[in-house]
Amino acid sequence: MAENIPVGSTTAGSIAVAAESTVATRMSAPPSFDVADFPVPHGREEEWRFTPLERLRGLHDGTAAATGEGVRVDVTAPDAVTVEAVGRDDARLGRAGTPVDRVAAQAYSSFEKATVVTVPKETVLSEPVRIAVHGQGGTSFGHLVVELGAFAEAVVVIDHTGEAVLAANVDYVLGDGAKLTVVSVQDWDGKAVHVAQHNALVGRDASFKSVVVTFGGDLVRIHPRVEYAGTGGEAELLGLYFTDAGQHQEHRLLVTHNAPHCTSNVVYKGALQGEAAHAVWIGDVLIQAAAEGTDTYEMNRNLVLTDGARVDSVPNLEIETGEIAGAGHASATGRFDDEQLFYLMARGIPEVEARRLVVRGFFAELVQQIGLADVEQRLIERIETELEASV
Amino acid sequence: MATLEIRDLHVSVEADNATKEILKGVDLTVKQGETHAIMGPNGSGKSTLAYSLAGHPKYTVTGGTVTLDGEDVLEMSVDERARAGVFLAMQYPVEIPGVSVSNFLRTSATAVRGEAPKLRTWVKEVKEAMERLHMDPSFAERNVNEGFSGGEKKRHEILQLELIKPKIAILDETDSGLDVDALRIVSEGVNRVRETGEVGTLLITHYTRILRYIKPDHVHVFAGGRIVESGGPELADKLEAEGYEAYTKGGVSA
Repeated sequence: MAENIPVGSTTAGSIAVAAESTVATRMSAPPSFDVADFPVPHGREEEWRFTPLERLRGLHDGTAAATGEGVRVDVTAPDAVTVEAVGRDDARLGRAGTPVDRVAAQAYSSFEKATVVTVPKETVLSEPVRIAVHGQGGTSFGHLVVELGAFAEAVVVIDHTGEAVLAANVDYVLGDGAKLTVVSVQDWDGKAVHVAQHNALVGRDASFKSVVVTFGGDLVRIHPRVEYAGTGGEAELLGLYFTDAGQHQEHRLLVTHNAPHCTSNVVYKGALQGEAAHAVWIGDVLIQAAAEGTDTYEMNRNLVLTDGARVDSVPNLEIETGEIAGAGHASATGRFDDEQLFYLMARGIPEVEARRLVVRGFFAELVQQIGLADVEQRLIERIETELEASV
Repeated sequence: MATLEIRDLHVSVEADNATKEILKGVDLTVKQGETHAIMGPNGSGKSTLAYSLAGHPKYTVTGGTVTLDGEDVLEMSVDERARAGVFLAMQYPVEIPGVSVSNFLRTSATAVRGEAPKLRTWVKEVKEAMERLHMDPSFAERNVNEGFSGGEKKRHEILQLELIKPKIAILDETDSGLDVDALRIVSEGVNRVRETGEVGTLLITHYTRILRYIKPDHVHVFAGGRIVESGGPELADKLEAEGYEAYTKGGVSA
């Protein structure tokens, strides 16, 4: 896609070899569990500058209160798994990370019950844990913990549907040698607002794979973050979004390489169509001085299908040690242009099919990496539905 | 017998907020089994003719008619024209990221033939066509035109020509940018299709070089947006010797 000309898009990238971390310092306040520690954002802050605050329904300024029936959380899990609804004072909450912005802190300060899903050590699940988060209207604050004991292996699928205004934090705590694949699907109805911080704490030699899939909602802002609790951890962060007219879909990633000999691989791909479709991708990787032997790569690709859509894609890599195995990033935004359409149609392929061919091809490689047949099938079907809606 | 008839074709493009007429009354009849070479200097409108026949949206037909066996080609969408039997081998084929050659060829063949080719015969058909064009089998797994060399792009165009088997093949400067070996391989491909006697070929070129490999029945000189002289193969020899100067105003360089 190198030869494609970005249209209606911005891309920017930088590699900084920094003595002082700007990733850590560019937030407007240090991480905190208390919403009062964050000033109300006005929109020009680095972490908020792409987000339309007026569409956050008050999640950012303290005016949002829990209303209506909120979201219903149903967990279906194999017998070996413990599922609990716990109070705010449970010691297991908040261990994977601390809220880094005001909405995450608001969620942490406001939720009433948290869901804790525990897979005991050395337990290898043969079936996925399915967590259905269904919005029933109104505003909610949530907290979810998924914890895997040492050498446990699990697949967790979190499925967001319905209408909701939801601010939430999700903690993934991986014991040593544990393997967790978590798929978070944002398949909301059209008016939903969903802001979530995902914190993963990857144990020694543990392996974390996150798949974030965003289709629906009016505004979705997901903030996946990874840190390592020991050496040898692996993180693979995959993402797929399909942004339609008027939707704001924002994915902000931060991988902090704070331990030696860990790897991370980030691949996010998005397609956009329609007037005022806006996708934001921020990919931050910070390699701290202690993280010798780090191997990291991050990539974002966007396919703009129609005029009027906008992409902001900002990869950022900060390296505080020269003793690494590899570090790189790439960002490209291409357009499905009239010449491609002409070429395919000139070979007899009808317009609708031509678009489908290109979009399917764009996502195929990523979808295949998910490794869960039913999720893959659903994604392909959902992509087809999105395409049908467009023409 | 399939016949493409172009009558008094006028075509304009929008450029710099002005409308510019490029084709100024083209008349040409191409019958199945015939090969017509259209030769002319740069900027004479040769490629505009090719893209207009295929239906590129950049070009606006302002007058005249184009029919294929009496059917109005100008009324058809781009894909309808292709399915009706008009094929354009492009001078600058575009990259289609994420779409493999094999997927593309099969989708195209399915659309043109009206049904999906049987997998077993299809695989063999593609494999043999690729061998004839000296294309490595790994080619099928690459994305359409992505990272292709100039020669690979042209061979890929001729591969499609062989598989799609159109009634009318328009080859837009297929010879440009090819070394002698590639030109020979590509020309052999075109000749295989011609030898079936089922295709009318419109060979658009700036140079006479390709005519040593592909022998035309008719040669037309294109200048100033229309055909200014027509003749047999001997006209190409004349152009080889004298260039286009006689046809361009004030001897503008050919």
